[in-house]
Amino acid sequence: MPTTTLSGHEVHVDDEGFMTEYDEWTEELGAELAKQIGIDMTEAHWALIRFLREDYLVKGETATTRRVQAAGGVPVKQQFALFPKKPAKKMAYIAGLPKPAGCV
Amino acid sequence: MTDNNPAPIVPNFDDDETDRKLVLICSKGNLDMAYPGLVLANAALGEGIQVDIFFTFWGFDIITKKRMTKLKFSPVGNTAMHLPWGDLRVPQWAAVIPGMQPMATKMMKKSIDDLGIPPVDEFLDQITASGGKLWACKMSADMQGLTEADLRDDVDGIINASDFMDLSEGAQTLFI
Repeated sequence: MPTTTLSGHEVHVDDEGFMTEYDEWTEELGAELAKQIGIDMTEAHWALIRFLREDYLVKGETATTRRVQAAGGVPVKQQFALFPKKPAKKMAYIAGLPKPAGCV
Repeated sequence: MTDNNPAPIVPNFDDDETDRKLVLICSKGNLDMAYPGLVLANAALGEGIQVDIFFTFWGFDIITKKRMTKLKFSPVGNTAMHLPWGDLRVPQWAAVIPGMQPMATKMMKKSIDDLGIPPVDEFLDQITASGGKLWACKMSADMQGLTEADLRDDVDGIINASDFMDLSEGAQTLFI
């Protein structure tokens, strides 16, 4: 498993750069990950990232946009506005989680 | 193993690649045949791909207000339908027994719901919220005596076959 260095921390990532160790993630790292993909984080962004982190602990997999709407209460339209074009993958990346496995 | 490269590994989200277009032609109105198009449309939108869905013939039921929540699944003519347990197939003589279609429909809706996948009408809400466009076929509307008032409010328009050619120019097109 490769590692990469983000703001001075060495973290485990997959070949694409998604973090693979849940416990290595901190909000500071999340902010750094967001910077890497050009997302300016606001409180609305963080609320989603925190939901994804908590939901992963419960479900054992990364929430899809559908689940973020159904269980997290944030409409898909808003997810697209906050994380343009590829919300599911971008949210997962910043949250230090694997890409969602579900189709919907 | 340690990667000593100081530049972090960052996924390539291809944000600049905006020219990919997908056009789906939904021509069937059975519950089981409504989903493939919707699942693909939703996935494509989530990847930043422009999506237009053209509803034609029986696929019209998917966007017709009075029908979209009442799509059915029938085992008739479907030799691949299995019972929910094991590998037992439903014999065709049994597929036509009264009550079979409502039961099969109910079971399929439950399996879909169990996976957290929305019903057809809600799925279309999500697709349009994600930027997908819905188009209705003029000939189908005329054949069925339907107007825009009978269709979902978020249908972008009733268009003819020539309009469809403009719409699908340069797109990857799937007929379902």
